[in-house]
Amino acid sequence: MSRGLNWLQALAGGQALAGYPASVKVVDGTLGERAARYIAVVPDAENPFPRARNGEVGLLEGWALGQGLDEVIAADRDKADKRVLVAVVDVPSQAYGRREEALGIHQALAGAVDGYARARLAGHPVIALLVGKAMSGAFLAHGYQAQRIIALRDPGVMVHAMGKAAAARITLRSVEELEALAESVPPMAYDIDNYATLGLLWETLSVDSIEQPSADDLQRVRDCLSKAVADIGDSSDLRGRLGAPNREASSRVRELLRAQW
Amino acid sequence: MTDVSANTVARLLESRSFVELGARQRARALLDEGSFRELLDPFDRVTSPWLPKQGIVTQADDGVVVAKGTIDGQPAVIAAIEGAFQGGSMGEVGGAKIAGLLELAAEDNRNGIPTRAVLLLETGGVRLQEANLGLAAIAEIQAAIVELRDYQPVIGVVAGSVGCFGGMSIAAGLCSYLVVTREARVGLNGPQVIEQEAGLDEYDSRDRPFIWSLTGGEQRYASGLVDAYVADDTDAIRAQLHELFALGKPLQPRSRRHAWYLQRLADVDTRTQLDAAAVRAIYRGDAQ
Repeated sequence: MSRGLNWLQALAGGQALAGYPASVKVVDGTLGERAARYIAVVPDAENPFPRARNGEVGLLEGWALGQGLDEVIAADRDKADKRVLVAVVDVPSQAYGRREEALGIHQALAGAVDGYARARLAGHPVIALLVGKAMSGAFLAHGYQAQRIIALRDPGVMVHAMGKAAAARITLRSVEELEALAESVPPMAYDIDNYATLGLLWETLSVDSIEQPSADDLQRVRDCLSKAVADIGDSSDLRGRLGAPNREASSRVRELLRAQW
Repeated sequence: MTDVSANTVARLLESRSFVELGARQRARALLDEGSFRELLDPFDRVTSPWLPKQGIVTQADDGVVVAKGTIDGQPAVIAAIEGAFQGGSMGEVGGAKIAGLLELAAEDNRNGIPTRAVLLLETGGVRLQEANLGLAAIAEIQAAIVELRDYQPVIGVVAGSVGCFGGMSIAAGLCSYLVVTREARVGLNGPQVIEQEAGLDEYDSRDRPFIWSLTGGEQRYASGLVDAYVADDTDAIRAQLHELFALGKPLQPRSRRHAWYLQRLADVDTRTQLDAAAVRAIYRGDAQ
């Protein structure tokens, strides 16, 4: 069992749809009055790709996410109320392996990004709920195209571009040096409180039981998801992420580009 | 000297290497002559707010050149990543320049101006010194590619020698068309990171022929994972862009072909490792 699977099952109820790899769970349920599709990438000890057995987003997972999203876009094409899409995010990383590079894992993850981005542009409210790790390429593929990102407040919930050991190696630093820098440079930190200062999160929520949600936890998270849907309204872009003081340059660059256009 | 080799020598003497050009020269060379107009140029001095805190010298353009102009007479934008600055890594400013450029190009299209885009991708991915802001910027670049791609082709070019990795390789996978040279590599994870995470037996980052055989431009083309394989020649690359823009949008971008790829992957024997020939055999044929 994994946090991602526990939260997915608790929120969505219902059975996972057939036709997907065991590592990709797609469940149709509801959120308040609205129809909703809940999606998670979960560990599968039998995954045919050995480097993707711990919940990593690999070749099968990337393409299967694309499949699940493409299907919902097509099915809801003519509906006024498109299904809400909730990505339940607990992904330790993308799959690191020889098979993955050889077979073009970047393209598989593009399949997932493509699906989430087009769903958003087609009018589906897309929300990412971070219940565990949201790392690097795995988060890009599963969650980072959402209009609203909600994180549960817990030391196990973290967002980053690369694990500490590899990041230290690539930047020619020790892990200790890296951790010291993260104390004073918010975008380098691994914890959710520092991440929140960047303006990318819409909400952080405290829960009583992060591993297996209690009834109160579920109610709180469902309320928050519903508020996010209301807040999204008819918008289909990612503009809600701009405006935080720790991300001032991202806004300034856009203003200057527009002025010089 | 035979006629054939004399022709070869003449051609080589006339050709202009693209790989040897810096980002600004590359952008200028691919836009129609005289049409290059840089936005947010180095004199605007919008530099990384995060590198000085870490004792790293900034660059006045943050390693990304963005410009407007025309390509084959049509309105175009181009973004060129400077692989020589911090490995072409995406920080907050450089990432916002690319995302903002594509967002405005999409807005042009909504206003009836058919602006198209070219991305020159020489990047290791996220700049780890700006970690989460680089990752966020890449998500926005990806969002903007998918949005603009609906109106006009977005063409990615990986010429080399840095290659295209990390989240930006996913961005490459979202482009309408992807063009590579023999000097290019395209892959999600850099060799050192794979070795660190998975061990030397899985991936030996010092074995360059092995890495090139799996992720090099020629292999990616032979496996149907890119659309065009061109010589390292500025005129050839420009001509290739004109040809692809003339085709218009592809019927189905590669990033939507989940059914085809899942079917191919279902047949892969994952008990052993694959070499380049095995990958070509799996993906050969009707990948387009």
